[in-house]
Amino acid sequence: MRIEEETSTVAGLPAEPEKATLEGKNKILGFWLFIAAETTLFATMFGTYLALKGESLAGPTPGELYSLPMVAAATLILLTSSLTSVLAIMAMHRNDAPGMIRWFGITILLGVAFLGLEAYEFYEYVHEGHTFTSSAFGSSFYLLLGTHGSHVLYGVFWILALMIQGRQRGITVQTAPKFYVASLYWHFVDVVWVFIFTVVYLMGMME
Amino acid sequence: MATIIILIVFGLFLAAILTGGYNKKYLERVQQNWLWEWITTVDHKKIGVLYLTAGGFFFTVGGLEALLIRLQLMFPDNRFIVGDQYNQLMSMHGTTMIFLVALPLLFGLMNVIVPLQIGARDVAFPFLNSLGFWLYFSGGLLLNLSWLFGGAPDAGWTSYATLALNEFSPGPGVNYYVLGLQIAGIGTLISGINFLVTIINMRAPGMSYLRMPLFTWTTFVTSALILFAFPPLTAGLFMMMFERLFDTNFFTTHGGGNVTIWQHIFWIFGHPEVYILVLPAFGVFSEVISTFSRKRLFGYNSMVFAVVLIGFLGFMVWVHHMFTVGLGPVANTIFAVATMAIAVPTGIKVFNWLATMWGGSLRFTTAMLYAAGFIVMFVIGGVTGVMLGVVPADWQFHDTYFVVAHFHYVIIGGTLLGILAGVYYWWPKIFGRMLSEKWGRWNFWFFYPGVHLTFFPQHFLGLYGMPRRVFTYPSGYGLELNNLLSSLGTILMTIGLLFFLYNAVWSLTKGPRAESDPWDGRTLEWAISSPPPEYNFAQLPKIRSLDPWWAEKREGNRGMQPAEPLGPIHMPSSTYLPFVMAIGFFISGIGFVFHSVRVGVLGLLIVIVTLFIRSFQEDEGFHIHPEEEVKGT
Ligand SMILES: [Cu+2]
Repeated sequence: MRIEEETSTVAGLPAEPEKATLEGKNKILGFWLFIAAETTLFATMFGTYLALKGESLAGPTPGELYSLPMVAAATLILLTSSLTSVLAIMAMHRNDAPGMIRWFGITILLGVAFLGLEAYEFYEYVHEGHTFTSSAFGSSFYLLLGTHGSHVLYGVFWILALMIQGRQRGITVQTAPKFYVASLYWHFVDVVWVFIFTVVYLMGMME
Repeated sequence: MATIIILIVFGLFLAAILTGGYNKKYLERVQQNWLWEWITTVDHKKIGVLYLTAGGFFFTVGGLEALLIRLQLMFPDNRFIVGDQYNQLMSMHGTTMIFLVALPLLFGLMNVIVPLQIGARDVAFPFLNSLGFWLYFSGGLLLNLSWLFGGAPDAGWTSYATLALNEFSPGPGVNYYVLGLQIAGIGTLISGINFLVTIINMRAPGMSYLRMPLFTWTTFVTSALILFAFPPLTAGLFMMMFERLFDTNFFTTHGGGNVTIWQHIFWIFGHPEVYILVLPAFGVFSEVISTFSRKRLFGYNSMVFAVVLIGFLGFMVWVHHMFTVGLGPVANTIFAVATMAIAVPTGIKVFNWLATMWGGSLRFTTAMLYAAGFIVMFVIGGVTGVMLGVVPADWQFHDTYFVVAHFHYVIIGGTLLGILAGVYYWWPKIFGRMLSEKWGRWNFWFFYPGVHLTFFPQHFLGLYGMPRRVFTYPSGYGLELNNLLSSLGTILMTIGLLFFLYNAVWSLTKGPRAESDPWDGRTLEWAISSPPPEYNFAQLPKIRSLDPWWAEKREGNRGMQPAEPLGPIHMPSSTYLPFVMAIGFFISGIGFVFHSVRVGVLGLLIVIVTLFIRSFQEDEGFHIHPEEEVKGT
């Protein structure tokens, strides 16, 4: 730990600043484990949704409810934001703090756009009688989608806070692991959405 | 609204005190208080002591609940504690013992010992370590506040849907269960991740995976189980919470819900939880038996393999708790076979422990007595476990006292005896003072027979058909004698534990100072002073074999060989943020318990604001220069 700290100050910023210190390595490994835990959390909610999606009672069924264009747009937006977060990390590896902040900014703007679409979608569903309490289908749908949406929302604020830190302190061996971990989080949230798109929407519309 | 304003004012007041904006002198006085040191500590050894203390406190609470239960069941047709009151007692006894006692006490031992065993200066995330403890403590406190405000949970520790829904449990009791466990569970998950990263990334040079002591190995596997078992519980508790607060339809049949979903989720968590509780105890016994037999652990590699295999199989057996639900013969058969398969690695471990003792020069200290007692008791519990795994037999045993006897044999015989053995073994290292072996013997010889007297007769009660979770039974069905014996056994257990309490107080006040290596130990923690210095190792040790300290002693060395030159040691600084975050969660929990979404959200806001403060903090820590101190010794 001591030796690594010294080299980082002597030789400037190392090639992979996020893994240059033991703290950074710990943070990244710990975050991967956290993602594993989150995966089980979402798996449980997916399982519950699959078990209950047929129970829509008097309300609309999945096939009647979902409309592809809007969901496809949301998917496209979120996948693009994954790409921009990669570009942010690439900028970080070039030690280009303004570039990184710019790409992170675009990422969270796309995230906000996604949330806007989702809010609009939920608004329409509620008008069609599909609510959190309308049926077991509704409960399990909003639990899964709501948990994902709140992850996106949290990610937006988190990355915003990191952008401010990037402005104040630039890219150092202390801040780099934070940026890296936040981009991991963003990728994870996107991957969960890919599963939601497939399992909830595509499979729901095929019925 | 008024409550929110009061809370905000109170929060600002606290913030003013903590930041010194109110009165600098007062701030200093608070910071010099011993309590402040414990609240803000990030030292893994101190957090370990906090876990042991809080776990001991909840153990007293859960134990008193058990005593009241047995007092009610001592005689037939007793009217001492009746109906809902009894339901609350037995629900809280189970919940407390599983979530607030067994795992936290193990966490206490792990926290102090694992970093020492792998030659690390601290855990990977000292901040999260502190946060994990405070979340556990505030969750436990919230759960137990139910006794004072509105009534305790009354749907059993499994809190099955239908029974736990508003219709059948209308008070706030189950809300306390859901929110208390949610908060404590987040703390547990955080601690599990922390142990995993610590063991993977922070081992001293030369400490390869197959040189790790068994206690570290079992901590590793247990943490992996926590990682995959607790998130399903989190999801299930969310569903239960929404069901009770916002009238969702996950489990309500007339809304299209399905009650078995809760059962599946609960047991997907619940069965691994059994191994989460028992594996660390296996680790303790492996250390204790090896040390007090003065022999290397027999079949070390097969022991490691067995632990990993048990951890893996532990996720594939949850349906054995649901054999009577009616999932069909195929599902029941698969899960019955998987259940019995676990007996194989467990059997390997039992024979390895016996073979370690075989031909060793045995010393029956109190820790070793507990280890020997464990082998007998756990084998009985294992045999009844295989009996319960036989589906047709399970249909007879289900929900009878046979099940109660079985899991108390496993959890007391495994986890609790393991904790007691571990406490007697590592007490000198943790507190720097010796426990009395004389009082230790009194402790063991009352407690251990007491456990058997309490729970052995319960096997017969179950076979005679006495259902569990009932508050009384009629006379004339042959249940009187065994119930009386069982209740008398709890008195022996209580006396035994009082001897331990006396022993602990005696040791901390008058006990003789402990040397660094009082048991002629084998692993790394015995190579440094008791209690260890704040930084554990002045120089990180070089590990050259399994049982590294034993190997150095055989070569005539008086200490471990250093792997680095002496130099300043970086330490993390203390912080009160984890405590504030736990307060936020606590406020949020109270709010949701009483259906106040506003207070609930307010609490969560405190948590999020604290998270962001933490993110912006530049924690440089400080450096200790051990050169002078080492030269002095
Ligand atoms: Cu089980």
